[in-house]
Amino acid sequence: MQNTQIKTDEEFFIDPQRCIGCRACEMACAECETNGQTSMIHVDYVDRYISTQTSVQVCMHCEDPACARVCPADAITKDEFGIVHTANTARCISCANCVLACPFGVPKKMEETQIMMKCNMCYDRTSAGKRPMCATVCPSGALWFGKREKIAQMRPNSTPVNTFMFGAQTVRTKVNIMMPAGSTALSVD
Amino acid sequence: MLSTLNLRALIVASLATLLLIAAVIIGSRNLQNFDGALIAYLFGSVFAWFGLVYRYTVWLQRPPTRLYWRRGWQFFFSGRMFGHGWALVKHAFTDLGAQSFIRKRGLARWSGHMLMAWGCVIAFAVTFPLTFGWIHFTLASGTIDTYVAHVFGFALFSFPLNSFVAANIFHVLNWSSVMIIVGIGLMMRRRLTDAGQIAIQTFEGDILPLLLLAAIAVTGLGLTWDYEFMQGRAHQFMGITHAIVVILFLLWMPFGKFFHIFQRPAQLGVAIYRREGALGPQAVCRHTKDEFATQLHVDDLKAVTRELGYDFTRADGSSHLDLSPQGKRAALAKAHLAARKESGTYFG
Repeated sequence: MQNTQIKTDEEFFIDPQRCIGCRACEMACAECETNGQTSMIHVDYVDRYISTQTSVQVCMHCEDPACARVCPADAITKDEFGIVHTANTARCISCANCVLACPFGVPKKMEETQIMMKCNMCYDRTSAGKRPMCATVCPSGALWFGKREKIAQMRPNSTPVNTFMFGAQTVRTKVNIMMPAGSTALSVD
Repeated sequence: MLSTLNLRALIVASLATLLLIAAVIIGSRNLQNFDGALIAYLFGSVFAWFGLVYRYTVWLQRPPTRLYWRRGWQFFFSGRMFGHGWALVKHAFTDLGAQSFIRKRGLARWSGHMLMAWGCVIAFAVTFPLTFGWIHFTLASGTIDTYVAHVFGFALFSFPLNSFVAANIFHVLNWSSVMIIVGIGLMMRRRLTDAGQIAIQTFEGDILPLLLLAAIAVTGLGLTWDYEFMQGRAHQFMGITHAIVVILFLLWMPFGKFFHIFQRPAQLGVAIYRREGALGPQAVCRHTKDEFATQLHVDDLKAVTRELGYDFTRADGSSHLDLSPQGKRAALAKAHLAARKESGTYFG
């Protein structure tokens, strides 16, 4: 992990509104070596009874990750690049605190292997200077990884936002969500 | 350094260390049965014990850990002790003994871990009591071919030399060394060939523990090799290198990867917590309308997150944590859609 070639000038931008539910990202996510060929990305029908709207969710890599803070086994760590890593397999006691505390609903608990797993931004790829798998295959631009200037050029009517309000709690993340131009935060509830 | 010292942990660890020293003195019958040649190992063990208790006490003070610790004992003594006790025994066998959850992560991984874990457990079970003077052997009086094994100074059983039992008792550390070396081989193969592991592993966190265990096992076998095949000519070298790597292992045990050996039993407490939670009401997600966790767990997490400085309370008094993971993802998607809708255009 010491000799990484992470490109610190490239960032992750998501736009759930662009998700078409094709699940290409799910297939690509399973190619990530650090997940052990298990897909970590979430593609959901938001409210299937009334709408065909789908949404995609990767780990947002919070600045102050609740998943790591509520872990009783110190199994989740954030590195110097701001990436919140999946649970350390030796430490995780499979309590699911992280699964329930994550405000974005990201971590998955694998019942059989008694471990929590989550997206770690394809660390095997990003640490080698490559883009995360999901962002390389998304056909609609719901998942995009690259330079801030480039996306500003591509989507002039949107602003990347990394501040979220969940009730009274403000959460800042490494991953950005594309919001209407001029937005500063997304108030979830 | 003094500013980060944890006073409670220091007191608990100091008391535990005094207790261990007392147990060594009493168990070895006033050091009468203590083997002076093992004094360096004793000092290493006492330090390791102090470090382990210190770190464990600091660990238990973290809000989520403290909650599981308290809840685990509270539920264990809540009147369902036999049911919980039986569940604990079953989990101890499957999770700690057979490590069945690692089996499901992969056969080679499980085989390697089982060999290393049980090799270490057997070695610990032999070496610590020997180092503390709790076990020693004498020749049975009036014989020249019968050994007596003493535990805490009491004669426990005797066995003839040159017997199958004797060979296994004298070589048990060699068997554990072989188990550990084979296990390290399997785990090292994974560390060197699995691209995912290579990306996230660290030298001090993942490779060094394997190298340290390998050094202990190889030098331990070297001691036998020396007296069996080299007429003891390399005894000093083997003895000193073995002592150095074992003491390094003991000194590092509380700080590095080996701490998981002591942390892992917390999984048993989680099992009780789940059993107790299953008996009570279940949390239902207001979005999916499905049960997603025990209400006990959700309520405890609200308290823990509050203690950690988070406040997920919504304007209507409910909490964002009342949503299931899927409900939370849907809430975000709906909020995003609403923001786009309000801006007058769905895409930008």
